[in-house]
Amino acid sequence: MAALWQRLQKQGGIELLIRVVLLLYPFFPVLDWAVQSLTGQGIRLDRQLVNIFIFGLLALALNLQVGYAGLLQLGIAAFFAIGAMTTGVLTVEKYPFQLGFWGAILVAPVMAGAAGLLLGAPTLRLRGDYLAIVTLGFGEVMRIVLLNLENITDGPRGLNPIAEPWLPVFVKDTIGAEKAIYAFALFALVAAVVLLRLLERSRLGRAFVALREDELAAACMGLDPARIKLLAFAGGAALAGLAGALYATNLTTTAEPNTYDFNYSVMVLCCLIIGGLGSLRGALMGALLLMGFDNVVSPLLTRVLQKAIGGDSNFVMASFSNWRWIIFGAALVLMMRLRPEGLWPSRRIAKELHEPPAEVA
Amino acid sequence: MLDTILQQLIIGLTNGMVFALVALGYTMVYGILEFINFAHGDVFMLTSFLALTLVGLFDLQGASGASLAGGLCLVILTCALFGAGLNYVIDRLVYKPLRKAPKLAPLVSAIGVSFILQNLGLFWGGMPLKVFGGGNQAAAPKAFPDILPAHNLLGAGSGLTLMPKDVLVIGASLVVMAALYGVVRFSKLGKAMRATAQDPAAARLMGIDVDQVIGATFLVGGGLAGFAAVIYSLYINTIHYQMGYQNGLYAFTAAVVGGIGNIPGAVLGGLLLGLVRAYSDQFIGAQWQPAVLFGILILILIFRPSGLLGSTAREKV
Repeated sequence: MAALWQRLQKQGGIELLIRVVLLLYPFFPVLDWAVQSLTGQGIRLDRQLVNIFIFGLLALALNLQVGYAGLLQLGIAAFFAIGAMTTGVLTVEKYPFQLGFWGAILVAPVMAGAAGLLLGAPTLRLRGDYLAIVTLGFGEVMRIVLLNLENITDGPRGLNPIAEPWLPVFVKDTIGAEKAIYAFALFALVAAVVLLRLLERSRLGRAFVALREDELAAACMGLDPARIKLLAFAGGAALAGLAGALYATNLTTTAEPNTYDFNYSVMVLCCLIIGGLGSLRGALMGALLLMGFDNVVSPLLTRVLQKAIGGDSNFVMASFSNWRWIIFGAALVLMMRLRPEGLWPSRRIAKELHEPPAEVA
Repeated sequence: MLDTILQQLIIGLTNGMVFALVALGYTMVYGILEFINFAHGDVFMLTSFLALTLVGLFDLQGASGASLAGGLCLVILTCALFGAGLNYVIDRLVYKPLRKAPKLAPLVSAIGVSFILQNLGLFWGGMPLKVFGGGNQAAAPKAFPDILPAHNLLGAGSGLTLMPKDVLVIGASLVVMAALYGVVRFSKLGKAMRATAQDPAAARLMGIDVDQVIGATFLVGGGLAGFAAVIYSLYINTIHYQMGYQNGLYAFTAAVVGGIGNIPGAVLGGLLLGLVRAYSDQFIGAQWQPAVLFGILILILIFRPSGLLGSTAREKV
C-alpha cells in the first residue's frame, strides 16, 4: 500500500486524480444506486459516462487512423453515423430485419468498415491535405444523404425507437437495461484499449508507425503502403461504427443527421490533439476532458454566470455553451503552437517533436 | 424552359464570381505554402457581418443616388481592408510560427482559427443592433437589406430578370480580378509571388523577402474575401455565422477544380461551380446542393487531383 502511494505521488497530482477517476469508473452505477437509496435522488453520473465511453471509443477509432497511420481524416462522424444508422435499420419496427441489439452490434462495425474500404481504396493514395478534404466532403455528403432520403432514414426525426438490448431475465431483473448499456459501453472501451495496446506492439502496428514516419523508407523495407493504410482506415471506420451502434442504442434513436456534422468530427480530432496523437491514454483523456467540459462544466458555469448577472439573460455571451467553439478552437491553435505532442503523449511522438529534425539534403 | 436555363445562367455566373473571389485567396496561399487555409471562409463570413453593421451605421437602407453610391464604396473599401488586415494578422499570429512544423500543424491550427472566427460571428450577430434584429437571436440568419434598386433591366415584361445587383456583382468582380491579374503578372510584387510559389528556397537566394511575400499574399487574399463578402451579402441578402465554412469549402472546391495554385484556374473553377450549383438547385433540388458540390470535389480529387488547368503536381518530399 505504501509503495503504491509512493508511486502515485511520484506521478504528480493530476496524474493521480486521473488514475483514481479511471479506477472508479466501473463503480459509478453502484455509487449512483447508493446515493439514490440514501437521498432519494440519483446523481445520474452514469448517463454522462456512457456518452464519454462512446466518445472515447470514437476517439480511439480516429486515433487508429490519424495517430497511428498518419491519415488525416476529417469525416469520422460519417462512419459513426453509418454505425448508428445500421443499428436503426436492423432493429426498428419499420424494417423486417429485427435483429435486435446483439445482431446490430455485430453488423454495424462491418458496414462502417466496408464503407471505410470503399472510400479508402481510391483516396488513400492522395496527399495528406487532399485526403483531409475528401474525408470532410464524404462526411458532408453522408449527412446530406441521411437528411434527404427521408423514406429510408426518416430524415430529421431519425429512426426510432430502437429497442433496448435483449438480456437474460435474471440480468435484466437485477441491473436493468440502462445499467447494462453502461456496462457494455465500458466493456467495449476496455476491450478496444486492450486490443489496440496489443496492436501497437504487433507487426501491423509497427507497420502503421513506420508508414507514418516515412512512407518511402517503409515501402523500401518491403511493406505494402496501400494495403496497410487501407487496413488502418477500415479498422478505424469499423471501430467508429461500433461506437455509432452503442450511441444509437443508448439514445434509442439514430438522432438527427445534423448531429453527425463536420463540427462533430472536429470535436473528436480535438480530443486527439489535446490528449496527444498516437497515444491511447491521450485519446481517452481528451474525450474525458472535452465531453466533461461540454456536458458537466459548461452547463454549471452557465448557471453560475446567469446567477451572477441576475436572471435569465438572452444575451448571447451570457451562455457558456456559446463559448465552446472559441475554447475548442483556441485549444487546437495553442496545442499546435505550444505542445504539439499533446498533454499525455506517446513517448515516441514526444521525443520526435523535441529533437531537432535531421537535415535533409 | 429556355428562360429557366438562361435565368440559372445569370444566377450561376453571379454566384460563380463570388466563389471565384474567395477561391483566389485559397489558391494563392496554397500555391506558396501548400496549406489549406481553413479559416479563409470565416474571414469572408466575419467581413459580411461588418458589412451589415456598416450598412446599419450609414443608414444605407433608405439611401439613393450619390449617398448610396458613396456609402457603398465606403463599405466595400472598409470591408476589403478589414478582410485583408484580419487575414494578415491571423497569418502572423498563428501560421507564421508553424512554417517549419509538420504539415498537420498549420492545417489543424487553421481549423481552430476557423472555429474561433465562427464563434466570434455568433457573438457579433448577438450584438444589440437594429440590423441584427436587436441581437436577441444570435444564431439566426440575419437579413441583409436590399439596398440596391430592384428593377428588371430587361424591362418589366421580359421572362428573364437581370437586376442592377447582378450587373454590379459581375462587373465589379471582373474589374477586381483584372486588377489582380495585372498585379500578379506585371508588378514586381507579383513576380516575387510567382517566384516564391515556384521555389521558396531559390526565391530567397535571389534576394526575395519570402516572409514579406507571404504576408502580402494573405493581405491580397483577405482583401478579395472582404470584397466578396460585401458582394455576396448584397446579392444573397442573408448572412449567417456558419456560412463561411460552407462557402469556403465550395470556393476551395472551385480552386481545386481549376487546379490549385493556378490563378486563372480559380476563376474558371469558381464560374463552373457557380453554374453547377445554380443548375443543380433548379433541376435536382436545393436540399441536395452540398452533396452535389462535395461529390464533385471528391470525384475531381480522385480522378484529376491536378484540376482542369493545373499541371500534375507532386508532393514535395
